[in-house]
Amino acid sequence: MTRFVLRRLLLLGVTLLVASVLIFLMTSVMPGNVGRIVLGPFASDASVAELNRQLGLDQPAALRYLQWLGGVLTGDWGRSLTLDTDVLPLALARLGRSLLLAGYALVLLVPVAIAAGVAAGRRPGGWFDRLASVVGLTFGAMPEFVTGVFLIVGLGVGLGWLPVQALPDEGAGLVTWLRHLLMPALSLVLLLFAYLFRMVRTGMRSELAADYTRTAVLKGLPRRRVIRHHVLRNALLPTITVIGAQLGWLVGGLVVVETLFRYPGIGSLMEYAASNKDVPLLAGCALLITGVFGLANLAADVVYAWLNPRVRHALAGA
Amino acid sequence: MPWRVLEPLRRSPALAVGLAMVAAWLVTAAAAPWLAPSGPTVSDYGALSQAPSAAHWFGTDEYGRDVLSRVLFGGRYVLLIAPAATLIGLVLGAAIGMSAAYFGRWVDEVIMRLLDAVMAFPIVILALLALTMLGGSTGNVVLVIGLVFAPLIARTARAAALVEVRREYVQAARIRREGPLYVLAVEVLPNIRGPLVVEGTIRLGYAVFTSATLGFLGLGVQPPAPDWGLMVAENRALLTSAPWTVLFPAGAIAFVVVGFSLMADGLRDLEGR
Repeated sequence: MTRFVLRRLLLLGVTLLVASVLIFLMTSVMPGNVGRIVLGPFASDASVAELNRQLGLDQPAALRYLQWLGGVLTGDWGRSLTLDTDVLPLALARLGRSLLLAGYALVLLVPVAIAAGVAAGRRPGGWFDRLASVVGLTFGAMPEFVTGVFLIVGLGVGLGWLPVQALPDEGAGLVTWLRHLLMPALSLVLLLFAYLFRMVRTGMRSELAADYTRTAVLKGLPRRRVIRHHVLRNALLPTITVIGAQLGWLVGGLVVVETLFRYPGIGSLMEYAASNKDVPLLAGCALLITGVFGLANLAADVVYAWLNPRVRHALAGA
Repeated sequence: MPWRVLEPLRRSPALAVGLAMVAAWLVTAAAAPWLAPSGPTVSDYGALSQAPSAAHWFGTDEYGRDVLSRVLFGGRYVLLIAPAATLIGLVLGAAIGMSAAYFGRWVDEVIMRLLDAVMAFPIVILALLALTMLGGSTGNVVLVIGLVFAPLIARTARAAALVEVRREYVQAARIRREGPLYVLAVEVLPNIRGPLVVEGTIRLGYAVFTSATLGFLGLGVQPPAPDWGLMVAENRALLTSAPWTVLFPAGAIAFVVVGFSLMADGLRDLEGR
């Protein structure tokens, strides 16, 4: 098991290294002139050259990459061009808020999607199966900001049940926080519901049709017991990997949802960096998001391996 | 004989409904200049922020522009962007995926590791990075969406091609000393058409999704263009006072993506049988 985790960590390191090269290439090499992108088409050539010199862009790309990577590894992620602050502390503070929102969304999503998937998988083609499939398919196809707009107009403006602003006032209590964050979280939940629901439903169907299930039924076990002790354990295992894979959509969704609801997390910070051409901030956010996403995927894989006896025993022998 | 063509539609109502929705969008977008009551950027300063009425079915925005006209013309951007981006992704992805399957060994290993690294980024993050540096324009949006889709399509193409390259007909072509380009394009490609069509339909829907999202983030076509995502972003502050300026473009996006989603679902069902 330890070797498995170590190997996965090493693989994550390689992936992140390649990702860092990609981020570096895109943010400092690709279209040539960062100074021009930052300052815009009307700045003088002299000031563009001066900014490029300040950013060290007159040096060879490979050297700059190594310097940048060295800075990243030692905690010096550079300075934001538009906000008078270092990139890393700002990005970390914003990341905390985003993780709160993402965690909230997952806490709502996972039990609901699993319960719906189990119920639908027990009676495929029934009214609940059809309803959940149509709802999931509809919202799963829609961009988060479209769902968010419908939620704001329906629940916020129309019915007046929920606050439209995502960030509550200073010193608000937990319940107020949760109320304010409910609509952004729901936009994410509705986006991700379909896929998880479908995986659980498929898992239920194939396990219900398996030989061991038939044996359990034939030897006279009550249906509830068969489902709880035999079917669920096998059907739910793959969903852990699915949740890990879904985190990418969740992270991408954060950029959009935080922008729509004006919630100061890492996603809206990245949107700010993009629209203000703040290149060091943009690179920092992208790197941090990729890192967190990679770690979350790793965690999902490890939990899966730990819970799956076949993998666990194979690994214990290795 | 013509009934045979309609047979899949009868077997899959989802495919039929989705196809109808997409067709409705195609027709209205193509006919926008004749259907729209006014131009997409024409302001009527006598009617600012008007609620929907007989004169302006979808209301007007804060510059007095007719929302219905903007939504109709906005459909044309997506009409251009989604198929073009998907095509780039399909061509590139199929070429990469089939090559990985055909050459195998270390070529396969290197290609798959690189694709894994690219896919370590969430799509929106990757597109956001690329478009910030390239600048927002229709051409760049098409290019970037095509590029970020290529690795996903490559995976599907590789998986399908792996089965085919071991078949006798490919062995026979190799023994005939046909080159890799011929074998892949003439022998393998026609046999992995099914999964590629399904993947392409799914990607079409996501291309609409992604281009709307990029428009919303201000990274696509620039104002005053009537891009749906951009319209939602521009009028976001009016959600409480003039919700129709946001609801109709958002509804248009929802309509098209759900249409594509139903179509893809129907095709997948038929393919699965």
